[in-house]
Amino acid sequence: MSTVNASGWRPEMGETDVMTAATFTGNRALMLEEALIFEIGDSHTTGVDFDPAPRVQSRLGGLERQRDIGLPGLSEPEAVRHYTRLSRQNYAIDLGLFPLGSCTMKHNPRLNEKVARMKGFLDAHPMQPQETVQGALAVIHELAEWLIRLTGMHGVAMSPKAGAHGELCGILAIKAALDARGEDRPVILVPESAHGTNPATAAFAGFRVENIPATPEGRVDVAALKTRLGPDVAGVMITNPNTCGLFERDLKVISDAVHAAGGYVYCDGANFNAIVGRVRPGDLGVDAMHINLHKTFSTPHGGGGPGSGPVVLSEALSPYGPIPFVAKMPDGSFKLVEEESAGEMHPETFGRMTAFHGQMGMFTRALAYILSHGADGLKQVAEDAVLNANYVLRSLEGTLEAPFAASGPCMHEALFTDDNLAEGFSTLDIAKGLIDEGYHPMTVYFPLVVHGAMLVEPTETESKAALDQFIGALRSVANRAKQGDPALKSAPHFAPRRRLDETLAARKPVLVWKEAELPIAAE
Amino acid sequence: MTRYFTDEHEWIEVEGTTATVGITDYAQSQLGDIVFAEVPAVGAQLFKGGDAAVVESVKAASDVYAPVSGSVTEANDALADDPALVNSDPEGAGWFFKLELSDPSELDGLMDAAAYKAFVDSL
Amino acid sequence: MRYLPLTDSDRQAMLATIGAASVDDLFIDVPEEARLNGPIAGLPMHASEMAVERHFSALARKNMAAAHHPFFLGAGAYKHHVPASVDHLIQRGEFLTAYTPYQPEIAQGTLQMLFEFQTQVARLFGCDVANASMYDGSTACWEAIGMAGRVTKRKKAILSSGLHPHYVSVAQTMARFTGDTLDLAALDMAQSDTARLLASIDSETSCVVVQYPDILGRIEDLGPIAAKAHEHGALLITVVTEPVALGAIKAPGEMGADIVVGEGQSLGVGLQFGGPYVGLFACKEKFVRQMPGRLCGETVDAEGKRGFVLTLSTREQHIRREKATSNICTNSGLCALAFSIHMSLLGEHGLRELAALNHARAVQAADRLTSIPGVSLVNDSFFNEFTLKLPANARDVVHRLAAKKVLGGVSLGRLYPGQATLENGLLVAVTEVVSDEDIETLAVALQETLVEGVGA
Repeated sequence: MSTVNASGWRPEMGETDVMTAATFTGNRALMLEEALIFEIGDSHTTGVDFDPAPRVQSRLGGLERQRDIGLPGLSEPEAVRHYTRLSRQNYAIDLGLFPLGSCTMKHNPRLNEKVARMKGFLDAHPMQPQETVQGALAVIHELAEWLIRLTGMHGVAMSPKAGAHGELCGILAIKAALDARGEDRPVILVPESAHGTNPATAAFAGFRVENIPATPEGRVDVAALKTRLGPDVAGVMITNPNTCGLFERDLKVISDAVHAAGGYVYCDGANFNAIVGRVRPGDLGVDAMHINLHKTFSTPHGGGGPGSGPVVLSEALSPYGPIPFVAKMPDGSFKLVEEESAGEMHPETFGRMTAFHGQMGMFTRALAYILSHGADGLKQVAEDAVLNANYVLRSLEGTLEAPFAASGPCMHEALFTDDNLAEGFSTLDIAKGLIDEGYHPMTVYFPLVVHGAMLVEPTETESKAALDQFIGALRSVANRAKQGDPALKSAPHFAPRRRLDETLAARKPVLVWKEAELPIAAE
Repeated sequence: MTRYFTDEHEWIEVEGTTATVGITDYAQSQLGDIVFAEVPAVGAQLFKGGDAAVVESVKAASDVYAPVSGSVTEANDALADDPALVNSDPEGAGWFFKLELSDPSELDGLMDAAAYKAFVDSL
Repeated sequence: MRYLPLTDSDRQAMLATIGAASVDDLFIDVPEEARLNGPIAGLPMHASEMAVERHFSALARKNMAAAHHPFFLGAGAYKHHVPASVDHLIQRGEFLTAYTPYQPEIAQGTLQMLFEFQTQVARLFGCDVANASMYDGSTACWEAIGMAGRVTKRKKAILSSGLHPHYVSVAQTMARFTGDTLDLAALDMAQSDTARLLASIDSETSCVVVQYPDILGRIEDLGPIAAKAHEHGALLITVVTEPVALGAIKAPGEMGADIVVGEGQSLGVGLQFGGPYVGLFACKEKFVRQMPGRLCGETVDAEGKRGFVLTLSTREQHIRREKATSNICTNSGLCALAFSIHMSLLGEHGLRELAALNHARAVQAADRLTSIPGVSLVNDSFFNEFTLKLPANARDVVHRLAAKKVLGGVSLGRLYPGQATLENGLLVAVTEVVSDEDIETLAVALQETLVEGVGA
């Protein structure tokens, strides 16, 4: 005898379609709506208790605040519930495969979080006397050594705050080196497949940007690049592996040509994950490369930062790198080289890029990741990342168009286009359809060099079973797009929100919450 | 009154030595929903082929170039409040700016309506 | 290896699907001479979780942690008590391991939080709008100078000598490459820089940059500087490195600041030896299209429900490329979340209480420390940080205090190396975490140190 079904429902009773029925709360079971703090809190409520302040004579210079700030407070249970409910409206690596190409959404080990929170790191002030922070300086130095060894470079600037900041660091080092040579070279060459930060960074540093075309197989057109080199070219910015997911097999040839023409090679290291432990950019003639610790070295993306973007530098550029940095002294102690000692220890520096010493909280996490893997594990990281991407690429042959599939194996990401979909269907529809399948979409419409790009980066922290399920889902959604399934046009159907009106948001920007104007009573 | 077109999809309507400039219906259809238009300041000196204005959709920003040289006499302030005018009436109420021509002979190289239509059809 | 789920048989099966004999076949595009045959020589192999933890524990123990000692450092990074729920909430995987909210349907948690954060920051600073955060205060400060240049189409910025020296250095580095002119002056303990600022503003000036409270902790009315700047078509940029202060003193926006930037580390974010922190950036609404960084805006979805998206993104690098307002890509999302949670827990009432407590503690500490013979107070006004003039080189004193297990402040000699007139200055920050006992311990240690004599 089976147990009684307490719900009272039996298969022969069928189902009533309640999908469209409204609920009183607007909630749908575990899908919970949440108001803004300005709607649920008020200025008298607080979730923090303080001892009463001793009575003193104010010394605020007569500038005591008179006006209300307008900050709502929440009690602790309200706050915990508010943010917990909000969190459940996010997709995250912890929930599932996150195939966002060039973003490297790999698992974020929790050991990293644990070590970053050790009191000696979390609770150390950046301006403490150096003898009281030798452990923190040792971490920065140890990570710096790893980055130098893994890339085969000469030096590393640890202070850049994120990848784009690291790019800026590399470009400023190039500019400083040219200044030291007394040369004015106003042009930086950037392949058209580059990430938008590359031209933005070069322009920010005062360079003029010129595009270099790609070959039909998705790599830099070496002949075109060589033709353009000359005394006005400061250098090139090349992403390797590139944004089409391919290894720039001629990078060494390019580097030699650029160096012969008196320029420098900046490598965008956003995709270092594909080659870490297997290829050293220093062996390819690179002069500067930023490393996104939040990509290759697993520090959390945090919903958009904080990142960290150390920059490895060649012997030619190292003298110009920013301050501060950590030096190991002959007695084994660590010294932070700041403005004061730069004149003696690093006289050619282009200066400081940020207050204090960089993203220490990311250094501890990245180093924990690196030590956990070791030289052997990091090599395996690259191999599994590339294996997973090629598995996705080949498994979807015949389903989606892969423009560069014939160009050889891909590296850590597989590029598809929206060619051969039904009339009126595009990449966007596939992306939104994947949301309903329980996935974050891949990177869409980037790189710009192919039509309706879909860039899939599975990373090495996915199992074969997870990949097989994702491949099945993508195949199913792609087939719906090929067949012209109208339901796909209005996807996602099952997410906390349907497609959002971005035109409205941009035409009439509402960037802060304002109290609704009270309705005026009818006369 | 004569209306000319450029291969960057601007139109210019000339009356004597003054002209009104906007983007074509084809241009707005390519850009999609316009969310913002930045028009030049009155008095600004524009040069043929140089940056004159900016038009933005949600995902793209495009420069509008000056079809001919001249100084700006009036800008369409209505676009600030209602950029959608560029979508709904690109070659009328969605105009961008007016200018005093500095060299009317620069009009010579521009297309007329028929030539522009043929140009668009070829794209 | 614990973070890699593929088994060897998985790898073989996948290689068969791909049609490759070995994984080396996937790396054939790497030139022969750059291929590495095995793990990079001379580097350690993989390690267990326990071994890694042990390594870090040993290094962490070599640092003096703020919580374990009487602690008085500030200068742009402050130790405040962070409620336990803040760190718990930011470690929820859905926040911690999410990406930038480019797919808004499945990122409403991050987006709504950013919308709330932007509103909190704008209100705190007395501005119309704020962005979704920057790297830190120093980079936000430079971005504000760049933005003022775009708004005014001028290239000369006047920086107050009371601006944090690292912030000045960052601006100098950038200005060298962008061709902006920076009008600077040496810090003077005897008087603020306001008279020079007022005298220097002219029709070439793009902006005046003033820190509030300034690097020495002094608080001055920004109204006259704002008025003079506006008279000449220039902008006033105010830099706030201690946002808790604004629970006690007027908001910069209230006094006419056009752009207000700051370091948000004080709320929710730990000291972390200097980063990651969170840059705050707010301004008047009319300048919003010249702002750098991400912005979150309200909209509706296809069913008419309220929702949030990243908006005005045509300003940014991924669309504008070389014409972008900044090359900035990331914000400091998780730190912004920590800031916002802490601020929501405090609320108006809590923030004002916190600010009052900080000020009261600082007043008590200033009174106690200036009772030491030879020690005088530089400031007429201050919030939770003030500058002492010692009868000795303050750098030496700080090291002596550290040897006595007291973290006694930041010496001006460290911040301004080589400036003899500043070498006796000691910057002392006093927050709610400082106890009566801590103040007494510092006072006694400082007096002993001065009596013993330093630098002998």
